Amino acid sequence: MPEVVTIMSPSLVALYVFVLACFIGYFVIWGVTPSLHTPLISLTNAISGIIIVGALLVAGFQNASASVETLGFLAVLLASINIFGGFWVTQRMLAMFKKKR
Amino acid sequence: MALSIDTLAFAYLVSAILFILGLKGLTSPATARRGSFQAIVGMIIAVAVTLLSPEISSAIRPYGIIAIAVIIGAAIGITVAIKIQMTAMPQLVAMLHSFVGLAAVLVAIGTFINKESTGGLNPVLMGELAAGIVIGAITFTGSLIAFGKLQAILSSAPVVFTGQHWLNLALGVIAIVFAIHFGMTGSYVSLAIVTIISLALGFLLIIPIGGADMPVVISMLNSYSGWAAAATGFTLQNNLLIVTGALVGFSGAIISYIMCRAMNRSFISVILGGFGVAEGGEASPMAAAAEKGVKAAGVEDAVFWMDNEGAKVIVVPGYGMAVAQAQHALKEVKEILAGRGVSVKFAIHPVAGRMPGHMNVLLAEADIPYDQVLEMDEINPEFPSCDVAIVVGANDVTNPAAKIDPTSDIYGMPILDVEKAKQIFVIKRSMRPGYAGVDNLLYYRDNCSMLFGDAKEMCEGLAGALKGGH
Repeated sequence: MPEVVTIMSPSLVALYVFVLACFIGYFVIWGVTPSLHTPLISLTNAISGIIIVGALLVAGFQNASASVETLGFLAVLLASINIFGGFWVTQRMLAMFKKKR
Repeated sequence: MALSIDTLAFAYLVSAILFILGLKGLTSPATARRGSFQAIVGMIIAVAVTLLSPEISSAIRPYGIIAIAVIIGAAIGITVAIKIQMTAMPQLVAMLHSFVGLAAVLVAIGTFINKESTGGLNPVLMGELAAGIVIGAITFTGSLIAFGKLQAILSSAPVVFTGQHWLNLALGVIAIVFAIHFGMTGSYVSLAIVTIISLALGFLLIIPIGGADMPVVISMLNSYSGWAAAATGFTLQNNLLIVTGALVGFSGAIISYIMCRAMNRSFISVILGGFGVAEGGEASPMAAAAEKGVKAAGVEDAVFWMDNEGAKVIVVPGYGMAVAQAQHALKEVKEILAGRGVSVKFAIHPVAGRMPGHMNVLLAEADIPYDQVLEMDEINPEFPSCDVAIVVGANDVTNPAAKIDPTSDIYGMPILDVEKAKQIFVIKRSMRPGYAGVDNLLYYRDNCSMLFGDAKEMCEGLAGALKGGH
């Protein structure tokens, strides 16, 4: 008798996560005030620097070849510019938004 | 010391929650900084645990490479973030989007080579890799073109030619065919072809989009950069990347939608492009002829109307204010008027400027409290009771043609009801039409006068005249 598979495939789990995250994104973003749309874009841009996780895994791969090391190095570099630049400029902008004293 | 996969997954969950709370913080300027800080903590956690992942070699060398890359990246990122002028935010964002796109391409190619060496490839994974490369490459070159247009390295005029959309469609189909071939065979040649075609597509998709549509382009590329991160998440089976990518992707998509709605244009028509004229182009004959029909005034006239206790003034800033860096002079005018019992408010159209929310940031930079800066729907009912409306370098978003001229390109676009104010002053350098290339009917109204000149000099002139008048 063939074994019954009771756990869904990893790709399907990923799809679940993706679709549910889309719903969260939808509801959270509609709540953002229009006056903060520029900081929203720069903040989302900073957090899309999360691609650095992939870049780290490429750069830190066991026995990576020289070409992979180069790819990983460049990817980490680019993602770091995004993260540091994106968060810094977002904080700089948000610090300027003040209420009437 | 490597962490277990479950510890890693748990830490990623915490990061994802912090990102969601971070974005949620932008619901109000009062909580926004805390939100941004939460997102920073989320990022630190994600990077820290990834460095301790069992998937990363424990040798010294990779850590050295990573450390050098992060230090250089941090130095570049922070320097730019400190130095960048707020007027140049659209360019900065476009450039940063291109980095995410390129990083996604590099990560996908690197992952492919790594997995190939360990025999961990399968068709599903290869399909996801190909998707990551396509989206990443389009984001990369598309953002570079957007940067070039915003930085005025390239003309902001739409570049259109016959068969453009068919060419794009054909390239898209070819890219998919080679992506499938790559998925089945793992051919390096197919991988290279997919990458090159996608790079070309990013370029071709953005060149037909004109300057007037830049706010949409920026939010659209913001969205693409998110999808690129999500695609990378699928290849690495990393839920944090998937969640973050989806959040960013949806964020950009929703802002694009809001921008399109504010221009009364469909997303498809923006993508297909061809709207708007070159900045710095010749004035149209219509505008030149119009030069005779409008009234020019001096700052004293404007002061005469504004400087009365109890008067109500609404300022409408646009891209002209940003270019001239007039926000600080404008603030001085506001302060003087407020000191004399005049109510001053600022009216912002959703697509004013070159990126969503651009004007709000510039006014905040000039220390103008955000509760005096109102969105279109909030401020429009106030124009009929307003004594003076001052338009500073805004054009299309005040054009009554959007309401009354069905033949106009901008017909149907929601506008600020500036025309309903008792008296209107428009600060403008010349009679040249705005980005949409449409003549502004507002300027011919009896109650409208033009203050011809640079926005900053005019605002300083206003401040000077106000001070001198007492």
